[in-house]
Amino acid sequence: MAVMNVNPTRMELTNLKRKLVTARRGHKLLKDKRDELMRQFLLLVKENKELRKSVEMKIKKASAYMALASGEMSDNEISVALMLSGQKLTVDVEKKNIMSVAVPQFNVNYRIAEQNNARSYGFAFTSGDLDEAVSIYSSLTEDLLKLAEVEKTCQLLSAEIESTRRRVNALEHVLITDYEDTIRYITVKLDENERSNTTRLMKVKDIMLEKAHNYN
Amino acid sequence: MLKVAAIGDRESVSGLKAIGMDVFSPERKEDCPGLLKSLCESDYGIIYITEEFGESTKDIIKKYDNKIIPSIILIPGVKNNTGEGVRSLNRSVERAVGSQLPD
Repeated sequence: MAVMNVNPTRMELTNLKRKLVTARRGHKLLKDKRDELMRQFLLLVKENKELRKSVEMKIKKASAYMALASGEMSDNEISVALMLSGQKLTVDVEKKNIMSVAVPQFNVNYRIAEQNNARSYGFAFTSGDLDEAVSIYSSLTEDLLKLAEVEKTCQLLSAEIESTRRRVNALEHVLITDYEDTIRYITVKLDENERSNTTRLMKVKDIMLEKAHNYN
Repeated sequence: MLKVAAIGDRESVSGLKAIGMDVFSPERKEDCPGLLKSLCESDYGIIYITEEFGESTKDIIKKYDNKIIPSIILIPGVKNNTGEGVRSLNRSVERAVGSQLPD
């Protein structure tokens, strides 16, 4: 039992009761927030896991083709071939709000609208494996950006969930219990004072009656 | 309007150049943290880094975990994959839920 360091007075009691009500309401709200965050988080994590799995598989496949291509072509030739696309990927970042957590949303912009532009190099002097790799990469663009978005969102949400959970626990196990204990302590103390006052009055009355009428 | 970057060895990331990302392949791994740091501070929204190269930059990646931008994402490279990408996801699950989730 942790009683706070307060004077056991009626004023303190009223104050504490008011604080207890606020703390309870805050606790309930935070608990609701935590539950909703958790729900959103679990959905996102599932998506994130699936996305990561498929992206990693495709990247590994593309990397394998790249490795084959680099066996047939020199590094410089590959660099030149890949540079020719002239494609430039940029993202616009919008902030989305999930339960008052700001998360990013990436909107893609291509400088060249034509997606197949990635293979704008000449086919005569390049390896077929390079074509394979590049076509896998260009099919991967959307997924990669989505992955970046989802993964970031997961990280931000998990941090928020952690701190919300801490707050909920602190309210539930520390603040609210302390308030309740202190309120009980003050109530008991006030009642005790009341009783001691009554007995004192009775005693005084007895003494006075005895003096006045010699009662026993 | 933010750019997209990829860091890794040449074989792993040069293909990403074709789809319009800025590709960086530092010759020495010691250059990685400095490179990542300068990319984070300039106008890059998403930075993909291979698990092999991400190994030496853990501290920087962690520093940007709680910022909205940039989003630093680990991807597997051709060789020396550590599985750190999946692990970091599992870590954030553990942080939020308190335990691992069954698959």
